[in-house]
Order: sequence, then structure tokens, then C-alpha cells
Amino acid sequence: MSFLHYWRAMSGIVGRELWRFVTQRERFISALVRPLVWLFVFAAGFRAALGLAISPPYETYILYEVYITPGLCGMIQLFNGMQSSLSMVYDREMGSMRTLLVCPLPRWFLLLSKLLAGTAVSVLQVYVFLAIARAYDINIPLMGYGYVLPALLLSGLMLGALGLLLSSFIKQLENFAGVMNFVIFPMFFMSTALYPLWKIKESSALLYNLAQYNPFSQAVELTRFALYGQFNLHACIYTLIAFIVFMTAAIIGYNPSKGMMMKKKGGE
Amino acid sequence: MSEPSALAIEGLSFSYGNHKALDDINFNIQAGECTILLGPNGAGKSTLFSLITHLYDTRQGRIELCGFDIKQQSRLALAKLGVVFQQTTLDMDLTVDQNLRYHTALHGMSRKLATERIQQELERLNMFDRRFEKVRQLNGGHKRRVEIARALLHKPSLLLLDEPTVGLDVPSRKNIVDYVHRLAAEENIAVLWASHLMDEIYPNDHLIVLHKGIIKANDTVDEVLQQTDVATVNEAFSRLTQGQPI
Repeated sequence: MSFLHYWRAMSGIVGRELWRFVTQRERFISALVRPLVWLFVFAAGFRAALGLAISPPYETYILYEVYITPGLCGMIQLFNGMQSSLSMVYDREMGSMRTLLVCPLPRWFLLLSKLLAGTAVSVLQVYVFLAIARAYDINIPLMGYGYVLPALLLSGLMLGALGLLLSSFIKQLENFAGVMNFVIFPMFFMSTALYPLWKIKESSALLYNLAQYNPFSQAVELTRFALYGQFNLHACIYTLIAFIVFMTAAIIGYNPSKGMMMKKKGGE
Repeated sequence: MSEPSALAIEGLSFSYGNHKALDDINFNIQAGECTILLGPNGAGKSTLFSLITHLYDTRQGRIELCGFDIKQQSRLALAKLGVVFQQTTLDMDLTVDQNLRYHTALHGMSRKLATERIQQELERLNMFDRRFEKVRQLNGGHKRRVEIARALLHKPSLLLLDEPTVGLDVPSRKNIVDYVHRLAAEENIAVLWASHLMDEIYPNDHLIVLHKGIIKANDTVDEVLQQTDVATVNEAFSRLTQGQPI
């Protein structure tokens, strides 16, 4: 099994996902509408209600729209990560996951490639969102668009791995809706995406702790700092560890001898 | 040294909890041989296919593809395998060519080799002119042909087909049955075909009857008819499975 084989397979998996994404116009648009509604409607409405003190990485007072922009980048990646895993549950129900799993490559590599494919799509979505946000006067330093790329890759991988892990547990699509409610919404609202930690602390110590240990918060902070050319080491290590933990568990979940696949009895 | 069997299964058993889905399965398939696996619903066919394709792990017994153990040397074994699943597993929004190229990428083929193989396999199935059409636009029979072409792109030694003609009209079905039988004879490919349709069985085929996880017959069609002392495969099947409908 040569390096070239691995490279071709990974390019094939990532290329297919990107192609599917750009040709499915509805998916492209709906992926953008969600964060844009939050930016244009929610943030505009809350602008007056929320006063934000100066806190890193910001060096001056900022509008609420500016504050939640990294959070909305995270939201795109969170939804995308869950959606890719949703498509994996669908693929497995429809059988197309099998065509992937019977190809002669290690399963961890196939899952990683699938994860990279989903992450590539989410990064593309985030950049389109940031371009629209710029037109709306959310001005991020130009270098920030470059610095944020590795941060988006890492946070996309972490959230995708979480989705992958969930997909290894879920037997049918119907069960997925519940998990979406129990994972996406708590993760998003109990994070620093919409409000800074100190603001959360003012209202609830418990919520503060939950938000602090929520890996999604760390992914958002990593993105937030990177957008302003700063490196948040703590957020980076936390996100990286969360990625490794989720990915390892997902690989075990998809392992034919140890994981959940054994418990999912195929139709006779 | 003699060539190893395309598929060799030895002492294979598998359970879901307390329910035994397969019990001491033993059979071999040689190159050029077309083996039909007959069994009613719940016989264990899907479990057997999941084990051969390494979707499930073999816990008791042994499965070898061309001499490679599916558990210990899974990648080498899977490289020898082509599979057509029961459900269509093509991406409907991609063209025939894109679907096939995805498969060649997974098998690490170069672009040039992929182009050659795709042309070769599609031409054999009279689908080459339709390679740039979206799969969604094809009828059921043509989708199946594309899936068979896909399963053959990497030149497997063993072709596994899980009830590939379900839902097809009679001419499309006949076309596929003829084609696969020709493949086995002319290309020396071993075929394992799970079916429940008696007219898909040719007189020269090897027949395995699976019932409640146990092999009830494993021989040529003629031998099975002789052993059961009946005139048709239908009757033989009925006798072996105590009248259970297929």
C-alpha cells in the first residue's frame, strides 16, 4: 500500500465532498443563511442590550456584531460537523458507507479522510461568511483571514470528530434529531460564542464552569484570537486534546471488532 | 503449490447476543466458479456478507480471500474483492464517470489507468456513451450495470453480489444474470451471488442453501437435485428448508 494510494484516496474523498457541496446550491445557501440571520437580526437587536468591556483579543470597545462573528464561524463548523455525521448515518442506512469501508485502506484513515472532507467544506463556508460579514462592516485585520485558517482547520476537525463519534452510536436517522437537540444547542448556548465568559459568570457560576470546559468555547476562542493575529495556546491545546479524544473514540466506534458496528445488526 | 481458493470459509459462526446467526459455515469458491447462495429472509446471508466484507469482525472461524485472512490481512484481502450491495450505493447527484472515478481513487489507481478501466468496463456493459449522465437519470437496470462495472474496476478475484436484481424488470434481470455468468466463465472471476430467484440459477452453477444460519446444501445444482430427490431447484429448496418460502 503506497503513499500514492493514500494520497489518491484522500483526494478522492475530499474532492467528492467539495464537489457535492458546491453543486448542491440549497445546502450552500442554507449553510450561510443561519449565521447571517444571527448576524443581521440577532446581533443587531442585542447591540444595545449588551455592553462589552475591552477584553483580549480586542483592544478597543467593539460592537456586539464584531464579538459574535467568531462564534458564528464556530456555529457554521458545529452545524457542518453534525451535518457530515448525519450524512454518514444516512450513508450507512443507504449502504454507501459500505462501499467506503470495503476499500483496502485502514479504517482510521478512511474516517480521517471523511473528516477532512467535512472540515474542508466547513472552512469554505466560513470564508464565504466572513466575506459577507466584511461587506457588512465587520472589519477584521486582513492578516487575520490567513491566521484563522489553521484555527478553523483544528476546530473543524474537532467538531467533525465529535459528529463522527455520535454517528458511530446512532443507529437510525430518526435518533439523530434528538442528539442534535441535546448536543448542538447546549454546546452553542453554553459557550463563549454569544457572550464572553465574564458576562456568563455574572449570572451563573455553574454556567460559567460549563462554558469554560465546553470544547466548543475553546474552538471559538481559538478562532477569535486567530482572527486578530493572536495565538491562544490554552484554547489550541484544549481543542487539540478534544479532537484526539473524539477521534480515537470514533475510530473505536467504527472498529469492526470493538465498536458499535457489531451492535447494529444488519437486515437479513 | 496449488492456487488458493478465491474464497475459503472455515468453521465460521456468528451470534448477535444469544441469537446464533451463522453456525459452523464451511465452503470454498474457486476462480471461474459461479456460486449461488440461496436462503430465506433471516437465513444469515446478510451477516455472512458483512463478515466477508469485514464490516463485522470474524470471532469464530476463518475467512480467506485468495489466501489472505480477512481479519489479519484485511487490506490485502479486500483488494481482491468486488462488491455489489443490495441497495444502490451510487451517488445520485454525481455522473456515472464521477462515481467510478471515486472508486478508482479509493483503490489508488492513477488517472490514466482509471480512464482505461472505466472505458473497458462501461463498454462491456454498453454504458460508455452514458458516462457523463447523472446517475439519477438512469433506470434501475442501468444503475445496477454501473455498480457491477464499479465492482470490477480494480480487477477483483471475487465478485460478491447481494441480491443485485431486486426490483428490476425481467429483461434487465436476465441481462445482468447472463453478464455475470459470462464474467465468471470468460474472466475467471469467482462469483458469490445471494439470490432468492430460481431463474437466476444456471445448471452449471454451484449452489449453497442457507437456512437458519446452517448450510443445508453445498454442491452443484445437479448434485443438490439428486441428493434431495426432486426435479427442480424450487422443490429442492422447499425440501431443505421445510417448506419455508424464499
